[in-house]
Amino acid sequence: MNVIFDNIDTFLRGFGGTLTLLGLTTLFALPFGLLLAAMRVSPVASLRATSTVYVEVLRNTPLLLVFTFFSVIITYISGALPFQVAAVLALTVYTAPFFAEAIRSGINGVPVGQAEAARSIGMTFGQTLGLVILPQAVRSVVPPLINVIIALTKNTSVAGAFFIFELFNVGREVANANGNAVVAVFLGVAFFYLIITVPLGQLADHIERRVAVRR
Amino acid sequence: MTSVLYDVPGPRARRRSRILSVVTGLVVAGVLAFAIVQLAQAGQLDAERWLIFNDPLIWQALLRGLWIVVQSAITAAVLAILLGVVFALLRQSELRVVRIPTTVVLEFFRGMPVLLMMLFIYLMFPIGAYWSVVAALTVYNGAIIGEALRSGMLALPKGQREAGLAIGLRPLQNRLLIEFPQAFRNMLPIIVAQLVVLIKDTALGTVVGQVGLVKEGELLAEYLGRSTYYFPLFVVMVTMYLLLNLAVSTLARFLARRRNQSGSATAAPTGGPGGGAAVAPLEGGAAVAGAST
Repeated sequence: MNVIFDNIDTFLRGFGGTLTLLGLTTLFALPFGLLLAAMRVSPVASLRATSTVYVEVLRNTPLLLVFTFFSVIITYISGALPFQVAAVLALTVYTAPFFAEAIRSGINGVPVGQAEAARSIGMTFGQTLGLVILPQAVRSVVPPLINVIIALTKNTSVAGAFFIFELFNVGREVANANGNAVVAVFLGVAFFYLIITVPLGQLADHIERRVAVRR
Repeated sequence: MTSVLYDVPGPRARRRSRILSVVTGLVVAGVLAFAIVQLAQAGQLDAERWLIFNDPLIWQALLRGLWIVVQSAITAAVLAILLGVVFALLRQSELRVVRIPTTVVLEFFRGMPVLLMMLFIYLMFPIGAYWSVVAALTVYNGAIIGEALRSGMLALPKGQREAGLAIGLRPLQNRLLIEFPQAFRNMLPIIVAQLVVLIKDTALGTVVGQVGLVKEGELLAEYLGRSTYYFPLFVVMVTMYLLLNLAVSTLARFLARRRNQSGSATAAPTGGPGGGAAVAPLEGGAAVAGAST
């Protein structure tokens, strides 16, 4: 275990790197995902189609290849992006569809009568969605959104394979330098991931149970 | 297609919708045009860069990579489902000595990146890159499938268990013969959606040096000249992964729909204002998939 305490500074900086990626990506991907979800249920066919194609393509593409595009391929097309920008961009583009699907399933979870009632008193699509459906969807949409954030936390590790300083990269470097303490390094890195993902998972379960009871 | 979110459009709404459609079309076309101009300016669309695909050797290398992807995905999928069953049973054991450690182990495996697991299995065990990737994918997805199966068993009506126990089945017998088959059937769409995640994650194998599709593409690009040929190779790699995953996704959707139609006891379709009750279970699957990608 000494290997962790000897390198605790490196670990903490890597942890910081992971948290930065997580925060920035959530900040950009959540509004983007909301937009995609709204397009997906909108009355305009072309908006629906655009959103559907985007979501389906990105959800079925390996994250590693999305990263390859933004950090390698793009240098041959329009010039290199700074590593950090490329990483946040890749994660945002990849995560937004998952947010969109979580939000859409929340919209689908609102009882049909709500939308019918809103429409019957003459509300438009925007009003129905913004004033009636989404405020109610928020409750049931929070646990799946948290689950997407958990997945995102784990996905930030892929950035480490593309020269970003974060936990996975720290683990790789420290393990290479301390070949005799690989298990300890592994547990150390895993610990830092788990202190993000496990509490978030508990929170999601807790909220899910509360929402379920209230229904 | 109509939805409960909006009325059948009248003439004015139709006009507005048409205008919006044209605007969207223009925006999308603009983005695509921009991308194409950028690509053309960089010379990436020049014909001779794409002529490499006339060479059967290129295809041979790429298909060899794809075959490794398929192989490791199938191996890991089968093992992960088996492991998931074991996890689900242990996690629900009557004995606390079994239940609690299993819960801890499951949380541990579910909560960390599969990439981290690949790397450290590779460093800790002398089994080579291929089996490290398969092992990591098995353990990680096994934990997730195990949780899905467990929630599937929990969602069954209580009478299923009580009836089984009442006719004298032992608890384990009851789980295996009565609860598991139903839970597996109900959770099949989620499990298949998880397999899409598994296939996508095979791409990570390249980080620990597994010679899969991505690695083959990289090696070819290295050999032929990265700045010239990486983009065409990349396009082909993405297309291959997309086709593979879309096929499996379509299967997931088909299974979800079939399950809804057969109207099994616990599968109450949750149709909502977003339209499309048939896809609702898949969205549950997407949430699980989202939790694990």
